[in-house]
Parts: sequence; C-alpha cells; structure tokens
Amino acid sequence: MRYLPHTESDRRAMLAAIGISDVEQLFADVPVSARQAASFDLPAGQGEMAVERAFTRMAGKNLSAGCAPFFIGAGIYRHHVPAAIDQLLSRGEFLTSYTPYQPEVSQGTLQYLFEFQTQVALLTGMEVANASMYDGATACAEAAVMAARITKRPRVLLSGSLHPQYRETTETFLKYTELEAEALSPDPLGMEDLIGRIDSRTACVVVQNPGFFGGLQDLRPLAEACHADGALLMVMVAEPVSLGLVESPGAMGADIVVVEGQSLGMGMNFGGPGLGLFATRDKYVRQMPGRIVGQTVDQDGRRGFVLTLSTREQHIRREKATSNICTNSGLCALAFTMHLTLLGETGLARLAHLNHALAVRLESKLRAVKGIKVLSQSYFNEFAVTFADDIDATAIVEALAAKGILAGVPAARFFPGWPELRPVLLLAVTETNTEADMDALVSALNEVL
Amino acid sequence: MSDIQTISGHRGLLLEEPLIFEQSSPGRDGIDLPEAPPLDLDRLGGLARKAPIGLPDLSEPQMVRHYTRLSQKNYGIDSGFYPLGSCTMKHNPRLSEKVARLPGLADLHPFQPQSTIQGALEVIDLLAFWLKGLTGMPAVAMSPAAGAHGEWCGLMAIRAYHEDHGQGHRRRVLVPESAHGTNPASAAMCGFTVDPVPANALGRVDVEAFKAKLGDDVACIMVTNPNTCGLFETEILEIAKATHEAGAFFYCDGANYNAIVGRVKISDLGIDCMHINLHKTFSTPHGGGGPGSGPTVLSDKLAPYAPLPFVVHGQNGLKLIEHAEEVEGARPFGRVKGFHGQFGVFIRALAYILSMGGDGMRQASTDAVLNANYLLARLKDVLTASFDGPCMHECLFDDRFLKDTGVSTLDFAKMLIDEGFHPMTMYFPLVVHGALLMEPTESETKETLDGFIRVVLGLAAKAKDGQVEDFKAAPRLTPRRRLDETLAARTPVLRWKPGANSAS
Repeated sequence: MRYLPHTESDRRAMLAAIGISDVEQLFADVPVSARQAASFDLPAGQGEMAVERAFTRMAGKNLSAGCAPFFIGAGIYRHHVPAAIDQLLSRGEFLTSYTPYQPEVSQGTLQYLFEFQTQVALLTGMEVANASMYDGATACAEAAVMAARITKRPRVLLSGSLHPQYRETTETFLKYTELEAEALSPDPLGMEDLIGRIDSRTACVVVQNPGFFGGLQDLRPLAEACHADGALLMVMVAEPVSLGLVESPGAMGADIVVVEGQSLGMGMNFGGPGLGLFATRDKYVRQMPGRIVGQTVDQDGRRGFVLTLSTREQHIRREKATSNICTNSGLCALAFTMHLTLLGETGLARLAHLNHALAVRLESKLRAVKGIKVLSQSYFNEFAVTFADDIDATAIVEALAAKGILAGVPAARFFPGWPELRPVLLLAVTETNTEADMDALVSALNEVL
Repeated sequence: MSDIQTISGHRGLLLEEPLIFEQSSPGRDGIDLPEAPPLDLDRLGGLARKAPIGLPDLSEPQMVRHYTRLSQKNYGIDSGFYPLGSCTMKHNPRLSEKVARLPGLADLHPFQPQSTIQGALEVIDLLAFWLKGLTGMPAVAMSPAAGAHGEWCGLMAIRAYHEDHGQGHRRRVLVPESAHGTNPASAAMCGFTVDPVPANALGRVDVEAFKAKLGDDVACIMVTNPNTCGLFETEILEIAKATHEAGAFFYCDGANYNAIVGRVKISDLGIDCMHINLHKTFSTPHGGGGPGSGPTVLSDKLAPYAPLPFVVHGQNGLKLIEHAEEVEGARPFGRVKGFHGQFGVFIRALAYILSMGGDGMRQASTDAVLNANYLLARLKDVLTASFDGPCMHECLFDDRFLKDTGVSTLDFAKMLIDEGFHPMTMYFPLVVHGALLMEPTESETKETLDGFIRVVLGLAAKAKDGQVEDFKAAPRLTPRRRLDETLAARTPVLRWKPGANSAS
C-alpha cells in the first residue's frame, strides 16, 4: 500500500523491540466480542489510476458551471480565481500544517492570518476580526449568541432579508439554549418593519446586506434604533465582493459583521467548505468566538505573531468558553487573503464595479422579455425577478437546465410553504458571465415563456 | 544564530518578509480585469462606498514571493515528523488534491437543479456508505464542518430524541476529566450541564464513580475512545450497558478513531453516536487549522433526528432532501451550516478511502498502533510513561523524568524544534502532570522513528546532565525564537494600522 511505508521485516523488528510476537497482542484491551477477525466486507484498496477513473466517472455525471451559461448565486458566487492562488495554496507547508499552536514553526500561518484579520476589519469597516469560522451560516449563529452574551438579553430578531439557511442554522444553534429567535417572513421587496419590533429584551437585530433577494438597505436608521434601545446591530454579508462598491456595514453603524468569504479565492466546491469572516468593535473582542492572532516580539525583540486571547476558548475554558469551535477554516482564509492581496484596493473596486455593471446589463436585457418583472429596486450583482401569471420558477429553471443553461435559483427551493414565492427567481451575475451567456439566457427565456 | 548579523536582516534561506500592507504601491495590479460596460445609473440605492477601504496594492510577482516566503516559515507533515498527539498528522495524499480539482466536482454550485449534480450526490452517498460500513452504524449526518461541530450535532440529536420522548428533563452530561475541551463546550451549547467523571489509576474511566453519577437526569455520556491518554477503554461494554440501562445515550468522541478503523466496529461497542474527523482518520489536509469535516454516525434511535440536508435514494436517482416534509418519519433537529456539508473535504476523504480499501484501513490502524507502541517501548525506560502499555495510536509521558532538572515539558518540546521535529502535544491531557502526548501515525518509517528516539533520548540525557540553559534558550534555529505570549495578550495588537506595527 503506497501510503504505508513498513515492510514485513520492519514490522517484525518493531514487534521484537516491543517484546511481543503478534501485533494482535497490542489490541488486547479491545473486548473480544468487538474484535473483527479480518477486514470488513468492504472493497479492497485501489491504485491511483483506478481511483482517478472513479472520480472522473462521477464528475462526468455533473453539469459543471464552466460548461453552461451560469446565473446561480444565493450565497455561493462563481468568481474567477487567479491561477497563482491554487498553486500557492498547494504548498505543503501551508496545506499539511496544523493549527499554529507552536508559533516558532508557524510564523507563515500566523502572519497570513494577521494580514487576513486586518483585511477583514478594513473590508467590513470594523475594528477587529478573528481568524475565521466554518462558514457564513455558523458565524451568523455564533454572532447572535455573542450579542446575547454582551447585552445579557435573550431575544434575537432575524430579518426576512437573511438567507434562509443562515436563519435555519441560527435557529438551530439557539434551539436548546435560553435564547429565542424571532424570524420575520421572507421579504423580497424590503418592506418589513424591524425597528418596530425592537424592545428591551432584544439582544440583536440580524440583517443581510445585500439581502437574500438582492436588495440593498441603508442600515443607519436601524443602527440608531438598535443602539437607542440597547440592542446590537448584526450585519451579514453573503457576497464580499459587494464591499468593493457598497458602503461597509461598519460605516453604517453595525456592531458585529459576519461574511461568507467563499466568493474570494475558493471556487464553489458544491458549497463547502465555506469561510466565515467575523468582525466586531474592539470593546467586544473578548466576547468573540474563534481563534485570534496577535502581534508580539520574540526573545530577540523581533516582530512575530501568536494565537492570543485564548482564555475565551474551549481548550482553556471548557463549558464556559465563548464557543466550542476548534478547527476552523485556515486554508480557506489563506485563499481569501491571497485573492484580496492580488486584487488590492484598485482591483477590488474594479471587480465590484464590473459585477454590478454586468448585473445591470442583464437586468436591462430582461426588461425586454415578456412575462418577467424585476422585483429588486436596488441590488449589487444579484436580483430577484418574478414571472407573470404565477408561472412556477422551478419549472422554468428545470426547462432551461435541459437546454444546458443554469438559470438561477427558484425562491421556492427555500420556501416551499410560501405560494406567493413560487414565481420568484434569483439571478446572479459575476465577471465570469459573458454577453453571449446573457443573450443565451434571454433567448431561452423567450422560448419557454 | 543570533550571533550572526547580516545587513539585510535575512539569514540565507531564512528570509524576512514584511506585511502586505508594508509593500503596497497604490495603483499596482495583481489581476487584469476586463473593462466594465458603461453604466448610466447604478442600482446601489444611494449606498455607493464613499471612502477607500485601505487595502494594499501589489503585483502578482510580489504576491507569489510573499506567500512563498511565508510558507517557508511553516512546518508541515510534508516537512517532517509531526507527532502531535490527538491530531493524527498522517500523510496527505496528493491524488486527493488532484481529484478534488476536477472541474466536474469543484466547479459545481450547491443550488443547481438536482438532475445536474447526480455525481456530486454520489460522492456524498458513497462516502456515507463507507463511513457506515466501517463503523457498523446505520446512519450518518454528513454536514458537520469539524469535530467539535460534529459533537454538537450528535448532542443535538440526543437532546431532540429526549425532548420527543418526554425526557426533556435529562440535561446532565457525564464527561471524563481527560476529555478534549470541545466536549464540555459542545454540551453547554445544547443547554446541558457538564458533570466530570474521574479517571482511575489505569488511565481509564473510573467505572464505579461513573455509575454513581448516572441518574434519570443524565442525557448522555461523552467518552473518547481510545481515550486521550492513548488507551482503549477496557470497560467500554460495561459503561455502555450501564448508560443504556439508565436511559441515557453513549456519545463517543471519534478524534482517536484512527487507532481502530478497519478493526473495530463502533456498533459493537454499544455506542449510539460518534463524530469522525475526516481531517484526521481519513487524511484530508489540516490546512493550518481547517477546513475539517465531522460526519457523525448515528444509531437507529437517533437517525430520524439527523439534521438537514441529507441524501436519499429516490426513483430518479439520488435525491438531496432539504426540507423535513419531503421524507416520512424524518424529525431533523434543524440545520447545522449552510449548503450541503464540506464537499471539498468529502472528495479528498473518499479518494483516500478508495485508495486504502477495507484491507488498507485495517493495516493503517495496525501500523499506527505498532508505531506508538514502538515509541513507548523504546522511550519508557528514560522518559516516564504515565500508564502501562500497550497503548493504542499514541503514547503518553509525563514530566517526572524532568524532575529537578529545571527543564519543563515546554522547554523539552522547544528543543525538539531545533532538532528538526515538530513537538508532541504538551500539557494535554490534563490528568497527568506536564503531559507529552506522542502520536506517530502509520505514515512514518522505522528509520524516522529511530531518528526521533535517538534525539529524545539524547535530549533527556542532556537535561539530566544539567544543560538547562540550552533548553531555556531553545529554539534558536527557527525564523522566530520564543514569542512573548503575555505581551500579546496584555496589549493586544490584532491588526495592522498605518505606522503602528513596528517591532519596538
């Protein structure tokens, strides 16, 4: 077996050094009834060629995004990932190292995480960020718990602008705690009244910007209302590229900002792994979940980096920790920070502008299609449309998939119990979309409608 | 090293590297993007960003050099022996990396119509088949993102079961003192209280003390097996029986599953629920702290409570279930994360599993245990072993052998760095003093182990010989020497700010 270096003579020599003759003696502590005599009834191992063939076969059963005009978003966005990123990500020193507990042999990881924390803080308009969470959904849930811890209040108000899976994850996190989640109805038109629902028990209001249905919102009045009542404003961003063009949540008064970072550096990977970005104000840093890297000096006075403020964490505080999180998304954070390093201030602004301009272009093309109405008044690179005569958006998407076009996500996939959302479709546009893609979508829609 | 001064600050291959923020020249491009189409009026609703963000501008050559230099300051499994106990730092096969990048698997969106992602669902289903086959358990929740997340998932299923059966008052969880910190932290997130169980003199759960703590308010026990002392819980069947008789569930922390994979079925141990760290037992890269993946196997009783989403076999192929109403009898406790689990990690774990097969997996756990026992046998006369062998996949020593030398466990570990090894896990588990926990894994050759043993024995002799100053000064051959963690915590500098991050 190619991953196992021992020869039989190695094994014999080692058994002799241990002073036993049969390796089975090492398993003497296993109850006799639980010892399996031979390998289970499972297939035998295979060589590289055979395994690669198996995966090529499974890959062949999928329609990959690069083979189709592609307009799907809803929390995962298809952006171009520059070639340098994957090449560097594959370096064994990054790929095969553990969490940087030993700082003297982990300065590479620690420095890129310090840079990552800085980029996240700048991007979100916040003061401080951690070294990552699993994904946007779990980060959202952890932020709600953190807000309750800070305010010592039990109620979490979830906007209808929130991605339904972020909402479900947050509700699940709170399910068996003393906290309660109140979720508002899905809100494609941005009509909900959050301010009217804030009261003295409200720990935080959680909104998403751009919202799940694409809409952008000026959060300043909401921030003021939250703060006037002693609650926190938590803002979720599902598309970080938007922050290159849109006012940051921090500038609009957010107290905690959580971002799904998949958009930058990582590709889609069928939705996992993701990358949770988590940022807040300095005064709340000791309430944050997750790892944090800090600057310090070494014995010779040289600048270096370490994991710090770990008295918040499970390995020290056990059941009193701010979270149970241990392994997070280190390598995904590296992909994210590398992409942002390549983009820089100039490139991110240009990328965001390109995304927005292309989305506006698709919207204008769709306005000419009979039977479609654009719902979103404002948006970044994703907007909601509705089909006339209550046509089922799911059926449209299936019909277009049969034509080799991946035409967005029907809202009904997330909200099966909401008949009014049956004709609603979410369409995302990024720099990877060409004029030809858009024309193919428009002409296919004209055919099926 | 500190006696050699260079003009540049670089030291040969040890290259100094500033922060990206210190290398910016505004207007530099790292990516060429096409021109945006003309835009008469934006649709930003008046929310266009007004102030710049403050990100640095670098070119591609600068960026490539930056990350190459940073990588050279890291130690990985690829670099050398990494006996970090409880972390299972085994070889990460490159085939797994290659197949995970096939466009037909990597370039897929989680919300594509299901007819267009049948191959992706097959990856998930096939991995689930193997995890169930290896553990003997009937069901597996695939979506948890890491070990701690899997623990929480399993405990949520347990809580949901109790709530559903009029047993919602069961809120106490019994956790051995030697447990990972994630265990009590996960229990607390489910609204449970934690009741610690002591260990006996043999490093196992004190079964009598454990039984005395059982009661009708106990929701479950959480036992790591093999435990964090590297020992198999010999009384495990007795523990399981007593647990079940008390109406509670048996949660097993599967962090150490690598010791028994392919040899012991979890179902034969009376376990109701266990998370599996794909980034340990199934060789997916740790990536400097993730991403991981923590599928959680479940007994028949707990299976209906598995979180959304999950894959079932339908009439037209595989079907991803995203809502409880779609399946009769499903009582999911909720959703644990966005989308459908750590798919990129699934591919890598499955590539490893198909490469190893049932036979290879059995040989892997056998070799892992053999390697740990070889270390134990060769080191135990000089280092102080905390418990008698045989051990499982890792061996535990404490600091009695350093008594009166002035050298601490930490000093000893830092000396190993200068010798070219990654240190073992230190000061964990908490049940022995100054713990040194070594997990060699099956990936290492006898020659590597012999080299390590030679160094450890040599260092122990040095410590006993009174060369304490050398230990206190270590490491000296690393990009940075010991870092001031007190300063970092007392005066937190958690980001770069213009002009604020020089060393002094």
